[in-house]
Amino acid sequence: MTAGVTSGGLRDQDQHPASWTTDEMMTVTAARRLTGCMSVFVGIGLPSLAANLARHAHAPDLALIYESGTLGAKPDFVPLSIGDGILADTADVVVSVPEIFNYWLQPVRIDVGFLAAAQIDKFANINTTIIGPDYHRPAVRLPGAGGAPEIAASCREVMIIARQSPRVFVEKLDFITSVGHGDGSGSRAAMGMRGGGPTVVITDLGVLEPDPQTRELTLSALHPGADLRRALQQTGWALKVSGTLARTPAPTPAELTLLRHLEATKGGVPPDR
Amino acid sequence: MARIMPLADAVSELVQPGVSVAMEGFTHLIPFAAGHEIARQGIADLTLIRMTPDVIYDQLIGLGLASKMIFSWGGNPGVGSLHRFRDAVENRWPRPLELEEHSHAGMANRYVAGASGLPFAILRGYRGTDLVSTTSTIATIASPFTGEIVTAVPPLNPDVGIIHAQVADRRGTVQMWGITGVQKEAVLSASRSLVTVEEVVDEIRPRPGQVILPHWAVTCVAPAPGGSWPSYSDGYSVRDNHFYEQWDAISRDRDRFTAWMEEHVLAARTCQ
Repeated sequence: MTAGVTSGGLRDQDQHPASWTTDEMMTVTAARRLTGCMSVFVGIGLPSLAANLARHAHAPDLALIYESGTLGAKPDFVPLSIGDGILADTADVVVSVPEIFNYWLQPVRIDVGFLAAAQIDKFANINTTIIGPDYHRPAVRLPGAGGAPEIAASCREVMIIARQSPRVFVEKLDFITSVGHGDGSGSRAAMGMRGGGPTVVITDLGVLEPDPQTRELTLSALHPGADLRRALQQTGWALKVSGTLARTPAPTPAELTLLRHLEATKGGVPPDR
Repeated sequence: MARIMPLADAVSELVQPGVSVAMEGFTHLIPFAAGHEIARQGIADLTLIRMTPDVIYDQLIGLGLASKMIFSWGGNPGVGSLHRFRDAVENRWPRPLELEEHSHAGMANRYVAGASGLPFAILRGYRGTDLVSTTSTIATIASPFTGEIVTAVPPLNPDVGIIHAQVADRRGTVQMWGITGVQKEAVLSASRSLVTVEEVVDEIRPRPGQVILPHWAVTCVAPAPGGSWPSYSDGYSVRDNHFYEQWDAISRDRDRFTAWMEEHVLAARTCQ
């Protein structure tokens, strides 16, 4: 942690550092999971925030890789987009977009792919394309695939971060944008995928992990203050619960201070125009 | 040798109604000035090709100038929706927009195939996704050597490729640096090309990480200082993240969008 982070980083100086929002709990939990890996392919939004928190808090050597072609970016604030200048300025190297996908992602060279989801199902398949039954006339048109299908296919493992609600955690996706564990055990191998697929889904209520045999997501931990009944209610399928349900350690004051500083400085200083 | 000419002349010569246009720039170096010139000239029925449609295509879609879009991620980076894109797809306003939807890896490889003069590109991608059934330009092919099944996508060969770069020399050789995305491929895959630049110089100074497009590979160069705003040109400007955030409210409402475009783009000689 740098000196600049501890001085004046809090959004609200009056806020007691022991209290936190569920979003903060989710982001801190995700950042902690980025321990012991060397490289992470980062999606924008919460994944980028959590990956930057990890790099500042406990994983200074973690290589952040963004689809804009920046390998080993070391931003001192969280970028707004995947192509902010701070990423190129601080990267070990900037490569072309064909190169980032073909040379770096595709051969399973990157440890962790880190994705968000608009909808997710019990096998951690992801929809970021449309909401509604008709692709050609969707109720909501979402941004679409971006880098996600190949990140989900070709990283050694995939982490997913999403707020838990029945609208997001659904029995059946409106559109399969990115494949997690497909129809369950053996699906990925049958599709020729070389990456390992999702190993964890981190929500605002707890942590879900695929069952080693069936690959179905199972609730393995609850965050402090979250109760089991609510986790079940906020899931659109009959959520399985681990026999050894754990309790996530609360965020530390140091983690919260750092996270709030990163959120407060997101996007950097507006330019003069 | 590339011809160096005013932006308005280059756009009217190279971009006709009904053509396919790839305006690339991956967050960085987005050719907004050229997009605004297309808007001012009201060139319609365009097939717009771009990995990330961004605000530049949100504007052209909202003005009703696009009939089709080939793309891979249609959001406002770090902010949320592209509301004009959403309105066109969800409500057909101001006109229906046909979509040909891919992933980033697929689009990048389609440009590479186009720039390489190949009939298709291969990648490990799309397997198990619903894109396979909704997008006709995704297929599978077996390796002739091992029989392994991989995904094939056809080349992108736009009628016009348009990019923004930092520098050109007086013969029209182009230099860019920083995040250079698929811009080289967008120019080399296109039948004709336009590069807008921050400045034209007597002699290009070599830079680390530079991409050079020789003058004989570029059709037209047009000076457009500040022409990537609200995107940015490394060494000249920084990304106007505040404007990208403001665009959410401007673009959410049809009337406010139309008024903004009228005031800031259609009526103005420059976008700033």
